[in-house]
Amino acid sequence: MEKRKKRNAGFIAGCVITGIMLTLTVIGFFYTPYDPEAMSAADKLAGISPRHIMGCDNFGRDIFSRVLKGAQTTLIVAGGTVLIGTVFGVLIGAFTGYFGGLLDEGLMRVMDALFAFPSLLLALVFVSLFGSGTYQVILALGIAFIPSFSRIVRSEYLRCRNLDYVKSARLAGASHLRIMFVHILPNIYTVLLSSIMIGFNNAVLAEAGLTYLSIGVQPPDASLGEMLSNAQTYLFSAPWYALGPGITMVLLILGFSLMAEGMKR
Amino acid sequence: MKYAGKKLVSMLVTLLIVSFLVFFAFAVIPGDAAVSKLGTQATPERIAALRAEMGLDRPFFVRYGDWLFSALRGDFGKSYSYGDSVSALIAQKLPITFALTLLSFLIMLVCAIPLGIYTAKHEGGMLDRIIMVVNQVIMAIPPFFSGIMITYLFGLILKWFQPGSFVSYTVSVGRFFHYLLFPAVAIAIPKAAMTVKLLRSSLLQEAKKDYVRTAYSKGNRTNGVLYRHVLKNAMIPVITFLAMTFTDMIAGSVIMEQVFSVAGMGRLLISSISSRDYPVVEAIIILLALIVVLANFAADLLCRVLDPRIRREV
Repeated sequence: MEKRKKRNAGFIAGCVITGIMLTLTVIGFFYTPYDPEAMSAADKLAGISPRHIMGCDNFGRDIFSRVLKGAQTTLIVAGGTVLIGTVFGVLIGAFTGYFGGLLDEGLMRVMDALFAFPSLLLALVFVSLFGSGTYQVILALGIAFIPSFSRIVRSEYLRCRNLDYVKSARLAGASHLRIMFVHILPNIYTVLLSSIMIGFNNAVLAEAGLTYLSIGVQPPDASLGEMLSNAQTYLFSAPWYALGPGITMVLLILGFSLMAEGMKR
Repeated sequence: MKYAGKKLVSMLVTLLIVSFLVFFAFAVIPGDAAVSKLGTQATPERIAALRAEMGLDRPFFVRYGDWLFSALRGDFGKSYSYGDSVSALIAQKLPITFALTLLSFLIMLVCAIPLGIYTAKHEGGMLDRIIMVVNQVIMAIPPFFSGIMITYLFGLILKWFQPGSFVSYTVSVGRFFHYLLFPAVAIAIPKAAMTVKLLRSSLLQEAKKDYVRTAYSKGNRTNGVLYRHVLKNAMIPVITFLAMTFTDMIAGSVIMEQVFSVAGMGRLLISSISSRDYPVVEAIIILLALIVVLANFAADLLCRVLDPRIRREV
C-alpha cells in the first residue's frame, strides 16, 4: 500500500510537470510575451526582472519568449524522432520476434552492431551523412533510435508468440499479420509506452547535444541547445542566461522520466 | 576458454559489419571527395585525374577491401583537410579522450558504489529518500548544462581552474589532469546518479532471496551478508550497465570536450564532420566501435568470473 502511494506520487508529479511544460509550449505557438526575434540594444544582456522573467540575451531578445520557441523545436524534433524510431522499431521487432529464423539472425546482428553505439554518436554519423538542419536531425536521430526500439519490441514478441491467447487466435484462423498487430501489439503497449517516453528523453538530450555542437538545428530556428551554447559565451557577464533554457530542459526530461517510471512498475 | 573464443569471433563479425556499413555509408552519400578538394571550378579532366590518384574510380568492393586491409595494418589513409596521416592525427588525440573517459569513470565509481550500498542498507530512511529525489533530478540534467554550471561555479566563482586553459599531457601531466578533473566530474555526475539507482534496486532485489535468509540464520552479521554474499550477486546487472555507461561516457566526452575546450578526439570528430573530412570520421568511428565491443567483452568476462552459473550456459 505504502509502495503504491509512493509510485503514484512520482507519477503524478511527472504528469503535472509534463502537463505544465506542454501547455506552455502550446501557448508559445500563439502567444509569446515578446517577439522572440525582436532585438533591442537597450535590453542587451538585461538581468532577470518582472519585465523579462528569464532576462535578455546578447541581442536584447527576451529569453523567455525564445525558450518557448526553442521548446517547440525541441519537442517537434523529439516527437518526430520517436515516431520514426517507434514505427520502424515496431515493424522490425514484430517481424523478427514473431517469425524468428534467418531474418531475425541477420537483422539483429546489424541492430546489435548499431545498438552498441551511444545514440548521440550514431546521430553524429548520420548528421555527417545527411547534413545539418531540422529535418535532417529528425531523420538522423530517428534512424539512430530504431535499434533500441526494435530490440525491446522483439523481446516482447518473443515472449508473447507462444502464449495461449496467441495460440488460440492462430487456431481460430487469424492471419500472422492480424495476430502480430491486432492481438499482440495491444498487449505490449505498457512496455512500448514507457520506452517511448525514455526514448523521448534521449531524443531531447541528443537534439540539444547536436545543436550545442552546432551541427544540429540551424539558426535562425531557436533551440534550447543553441541558446545554451550562446549562454556559455556570456557566462561571465550574464550567468542567468544559461538558467532559463537549462532549467526548461531539466523539467522537460524530469517530467517524462517520472512518468515512464511510474508506468513501468 | 571456448566461450572467449566464440565471443571473439562474434566481436570480429560485429566490427566487420560496422566497418562495412561505415564505408558503404560514406561511399554512397552525394558529394565527391575529389570535387570538394579541388572546388567546383575545377576542370573535369583534373577531377578525373585526382579521382584516379585517390583511387575513387575503382569499383566499390575493391576500394572497401583495400581500405579494410590497410586499416588492419593501422593505416587509415590521409586526412583531406590536414594532409597528415589519419592514424597520426588520432594517435595525438586519443590519449586525451581516453584519460578523460577513464577519469570520469573512476569518479563515477567512487561516488556511486558507496552511495548505492548506503541507500540500499537504509532503505526508506530520511537520507535514502533525499538521495533518491536528488538522484532523479540529477538524471534529468543534460550533460552540457551541468558542464556549464561547473564552469561557472568552479571556474568563474571559486576560480579553482581557468576555463579554456587546457594544456596537453605532453606539456605538463599535473596541469593536464587538474584541468580534466572538472569535465570529468561533469560527465560523471549524471551517470553516477543512474548507477546509484540501479545498484540500489539490484541490491534490494537480491536481499529478498532465500540464500540471504540462510546466511543470516547461520549467524552472519548484516555487513558480512551484504559484502560477502549480496553485493557479489547484485553486481552482475550493474557490470553490464557499467560497460554501456563507459561507452556512453565516450559520447559524453565528445560534448564535454566542446564545453571545456579540451583538444581531444571528440573535437577532432566534430571538426572533421563539419569539414567533411571522411577518412578521419571513418577511422574514429571504427575506433569507437572497437572500444565499445571491447568494453562489452570485458563486462561479459567479469560477470562470468563473479557468477559461476553463467559459465555453464553457452
